[in-house]
Amino acid sequence: MKKFVLPALLVALLAGCSSTGTFDQAGGTAVEDRSTGAPGVATVTAPSMAGSGIAALTDPNNILSKRSVFFDFDQFVIKPEARPLIEAHARFLVQNPQMKMLIQGNTDELGSREYNLALGQKRADAVRQALTLLGAKESQIESVSLGEEKPRCGESNESCFAQNRRGDMLYSGEF
Amino acid sequence: MNILLSRFRLLLAATLATLSWAAHAQLSIEITGAGATRFPVAIPLFENEGSLPRGITDVVRADLERSGLFSLIDMGLVAMPATAVPDLAGVRARGADAVLAGSLYPQADGRYDVRFRLFDTQKQTELGGLSLRMTPAQNRATAHRIADFVYEKLTGQPGYFATRIAYVVKSGPRYELQIADADGMNAQTALASREPIISPAWAPDGQRLAYVSFEAKKPVVYVHTLATGQRQVVANFKGSNSAPTWAPDGQRLAVVLTKDGQSQLYVLNADGSGLRRMATSSGIDTEPAWSPDGEWIYFSSDRGGSAQIYRIPATGGSAQRVTFEGNYNVTPRLSPDGRSLAFITRNNGRFQVAVMDLATRQTTILTDSSRDESPSFAPNGRMILYASESGGRGVLAAVSSDGRVKQRLSVQAADVREPSWGPLTR
Repeated sequence: MKKFVLPALLVALLAGCSSTGTFDQAGGTAVEDRSTGAPGVATVTAPSMAGSGIAALTDPNNILSKRSVFFDFDQFVIKPEARPLIEAHARFLVQNPQMKMLIQGNTDELGSREYNLALGQKRADAVRQALTLLGAKESQIESVSLGEEKPRCGESNESCFAQNRRGDMLYSGEF
Repeated sequence: MNILLSRFRLLLAATLATLSWAAHAQLSIEITGAGATRFPVAIPLFENEGSLPRGITDVVRADLERSGLFSLIDMGLVAMPATAVPDLAGVRARGADAVLAGSLYPQADGRYDVRFRLFDTQKQTELGGLSLRMTPAQNRATAHRIADFVYEKLTGQPGYFATRIAYVVKSGPRYELQIADADGMNAQTALASREPIISPAWAPDGQRLAYVSFEAKKPVVYVHTLATGQRQVVANFKGSNSAPTWAPDGQRLAVVLTKDGQSQLYVLNADGSGLRRMATSSGIDTEPAWSPDGEWIYFSSDRGGSAQIYRIPATGGSAQRVTFEGNYNVTPRLSPDGRSLAFITRNNGRFQVAVMDLATRQTTILTDSSRDESPSFAPNGRMILYASESGGRGVLAAVSSDGRVKQRLSVQAADVREPSWGPLTR
């Protein structure tokens, strides 16, 4: 087993490095001509969004401050214990038709990132459908997936995975 | 000219590059397995190489060594100039079947002409030569071109050393989409964000990347021009937007959208216009991958109950199931010649890289790790780069498409994931 540790000695931008076309050598075979060099890479920093809260939605004594709906392994149906939470948020959306909600579905880290993104979408859709069945308008809600990308718990064990299999409800100003 | 196949010889031990370097926050590459038969080649110092601040032939040797196809015969500190035919019998006596002789010529503008010739020591013939002009800072780019030349002359296949790879590094709350040379050097950050970045996909021109960024608190597909940093949102519909993949023509992308329900396949132009739906299913369709001939789009789907790989004509039509073994086969990626399919399979609870010969439908599992993801073929199809895990951290790894050569690429104290091997751009 051999280890090549490669240095960061040189990050000079590789502007085009031309090649010469002639290399005359008695008896030599024809010389191929290829250009060398790779274009540079410009660095971009993505903007990040600042969140803001609303009193009733952040009061820890108010059920509306609770935002997470948890799912069982490989499951996408809302469990009975989540029903009071869903009902409270549906009521809030009905009473505040100007409010919009983003539902983010999440998964554990096992398997393909893109496939998990699709699985997380099924969880977000399950929460959205429950809310609209209870009277919230489709136009108020967007369901999206974060897949396995934003785990609440970062360890590789089942109790952690269970916390990561969830849908989170965010209101206007929080996303 | 395929000397490699006709004159393979078994070598028990490898002669290795003798230089060691300081560790930095670069991808470091560890070779964890090599081909059983390796072609012995000598890459002595080039004449005048000592006048450069950093060498060339050490990089050539490291490239060839890392491919797992060559063993390097040490020629000591003797330079072999390109101006004379080397003592081929002498080189052959040291065990090398080919030798590269080269010279550097300083130019008035500070640049160098690098001239080299490759010789077959058995047939005592010249296999070809090349002349490149470089600045002293371009030693590595020039060396990769030289290694590609040697690789192609001796194996009959194009090399992949002068290509670039993209991957995502997560360190603490920070995500960076990085672009590096295929040997992990010259890493540059194309995008830095506090939200995740996944699924980078190289455009066939090697100048643009499509990817998914979560900076808007949801997955949105962007196309990013590397040289300028210009970014364009190409899919930001209601719901999730993900899994971009380029058509071979570089004009269109397949993406996965949830705007009409579950994750489904769509095709749009690279500027985001011309959206049309590719397929309709009652389940998940995701991870599209175009076949190199443009005829098919492969994808993963749970339409049959478990996650399997299917394909659909790129012009539309009915889907055909491709994988049948096991209950989790995802992330299809076609080899550049279109003959084989790399994918991730769950094998007794372990996620591993598999490759299927599409003509015979025979599947081989290439890795023995357990958390593999995101396979990506080298442009010549010889190697497959993928994401794996080691010591609780994300690492990149590469395996040859025959499973023999294995490498691990890691960055100290950071998670590396989502690799994508760029195209040949010469």
